[in-house]
Amino acid sequence: MRDIHMEVVYQRPTTLTETPMHYCPGCGHGVVHKILMEVVEELGIQSETIGVAPVGCSVFAYDYMNIDMQEAAHGRASAVATGIKRVLPGKYVFSYQGDGDLAAIGTGETIHTVNRGENILMVFINNGIYGMTGGQMAPTTLEGMKTSTTPFGRDVRTMGFPLKITELVAQLPGAYYVTRQAVYNAQVVRKLKKALTQSFLYQRRNKGTCFVEVVSNCPSGWKMTPVEANKWLMEHMIPYYPLGDLKVPKE
Amino acid sequence: MKTNGMDDVRLMKGNEALAEAAFRAGMQAYFGYPITPQSEILEYLTLHAHEYPGVVVLQAESEVAAINMVYGAAGAGARVMISSSSPGISLMQEGLSYMASAQLPALIVNVQRGGPGLGTIQPSQADYFQAVKGGGHGDYHLLVLAPSTVQEMVDFVIEGFKLAEKYRNPVMILTDGALGQMMERVVLPPKGVLPPAPAPWATTGKPPTRERNIITSLFIQPEKMEEVNLVLQAKYAQMRESDVRYECIQTEDAEIMLVAFGLMARICQKVLELAREKGIKVGMVRPITLYPFPTTILQQLAETARVFLTVEMNAGQMVEDVRLSVNGKRPVHFYGRLGGIIPTVEEILEKLESLC
Repeated sequence: MRDIHMEVVYQRPTTLTETPMHYCPGCGHGVVHKILMEVVEELGIQSETIGVAPVGCSVFAYDYMNIDMQEAAHGRASAVATGIKRVLPGKYVFSYQGDGDLAAIGTGETIHTVNRGENILMVFINNGIYGMTGGQMAPTTLEGMKTSTTPFGRDVRTMGFPLKITELVAQLPGAYYVTRQAVYNAQVVRKLKKALTQSFLYQRRNKGTCFVEVVSNCPSGWKMTPVEANKWLMEHMIPYYPLGDLKVPKE
Repeated sequence: MKTNGMDDVRLMKGNEALAEAAFRAGMQAYFGYPITPQSEILEYLTLHAHEYPGVVVLQAESEVAAINMVYGAAGAGARVMISSSSPGISLMQEGLSYMASAQLPALIVNVQRGGPGLGTIQPSQADYFQAVKGGGHGDYHLLVLAPSTVQEMVDFVIEGFKLAEKYRNPVMILTDGALGQMMERVVLPPKGVLPPAPAPWATTGKPPTRERNIITSLFIQPEKMEEVNLVLQAKYAQMRESDVRYECIQTEDAEIMLVAFGLMARICQKVLELAREKGIKVGMVRPITLYPFPTTILQQLAETARVFLTVEMNAGQMVEDVRLSVNGKRPVHFYGRLGGIIPTVEEILEKLESLC
């Protein structure tokens, strides 16, 4: 019998735990967790990285990421990250929040954290809905989009407009690098990985706040199959939330 | 107070003395937001932070942000303090509940003012319930220290950090606008009076040699949540066992027992002196820890005293704990003024004489 030589070409990064993720099939969170942790592993900064999880679907992020983490109150992840970074300025600190957490209840903290130029990475998952609580309207819910609290579609005359918080924070002098990425196919995932890597490298050089929005999906909340959800995302979310850099360092 | 000539003796405002004591007690981070009558704490700390390299002093965008910065810094193992006054402390209650659940040590200072609502900027003791019963949601307690002099504003900073670190629980200094604003002679502690406390549970970055450290107050399985609650309750039982503090003044032969804390205890001490001059046998218990409450001594004194009079700058809050302690054995009366009014010696004496 011929010897079969098998080479490991891909495996779970050591920065992810073996805990099975609770995310719904097709959800973008699992991919973003994995990419974020791959970057931490590749940069060799596992022992120097502290993450902050939010309230929302990624509330259990610390079950999956094999690094020191803190779980913040709803909306306060960037304030908690500020507290950590200020007392451990030599460490890498990131916050990870959804749209309700970062752009509704935590808007004040988001703007002031970036305005102070806190030297952290803020990861913002925008899927236009409150997933964990069962699919209610988020600040980023598109006009006309149906959710459990906009059963007839979001009416901007009474419910406000979908908030482009990333465009807003890009205006602030404390923001060093602001970009909008996605996870719906392999090509955009690679771009996201590049953005996250770059953000940690900027943090190493004490440059200010790096803000990475990830336009993501919510098949369960949107009541679609994963395939339909990604198609809907490309047709509706991306035109309103176009991908690309909003602020790049001049260097 | 005797000093040996080597001591660092100063005339200082309560708020400023407390701030200086925090530096000397090895505070590593402070987060705050301006509010009268405690803004001198933030002002003093920002003015002098450069004398203590590495110490973080940050003015946050709100009390809500500030308490969550405290959560983050305490979770990262730092010795942290925050201060505010009543309305601001209300805004921090969610954060305090999270910190109690996540078992994070920190020192919280409430320089109380009159309420409810935006209230007044005059001194008050109306946040007693909020301070000792938990304040936020869930079954938890802060350990609460009530200074009655500027010297105690200094001493309780050191005690507060010690107790917070001993129990991994937030400790509150419950003081008021008068103590914060008044100037008195204080003996300051030397720098480095409190060695750093080890925090092996803190999120400082996971080395390969240990499992990851998680700071959280989320325990979604009710069985696990109950376990965590029982751990907290065991700590509170330990506090009641080991860290009840109070002062007794002329209680041995007293027929009428005054009970008062903080600023009110100073005023009641004068009442006691005047009453004694008139031949009235009055004593006083001054609770120093408001939680854990000095229940046992009040039970004991209920054997010898005929009647109790609790005096507070509120509508009657601590009096409920006094009544629980005395447990119906003796009548417990109350005298108080509300909304930022400080009761005078004369009016308290009049009330006291009505009990003779």
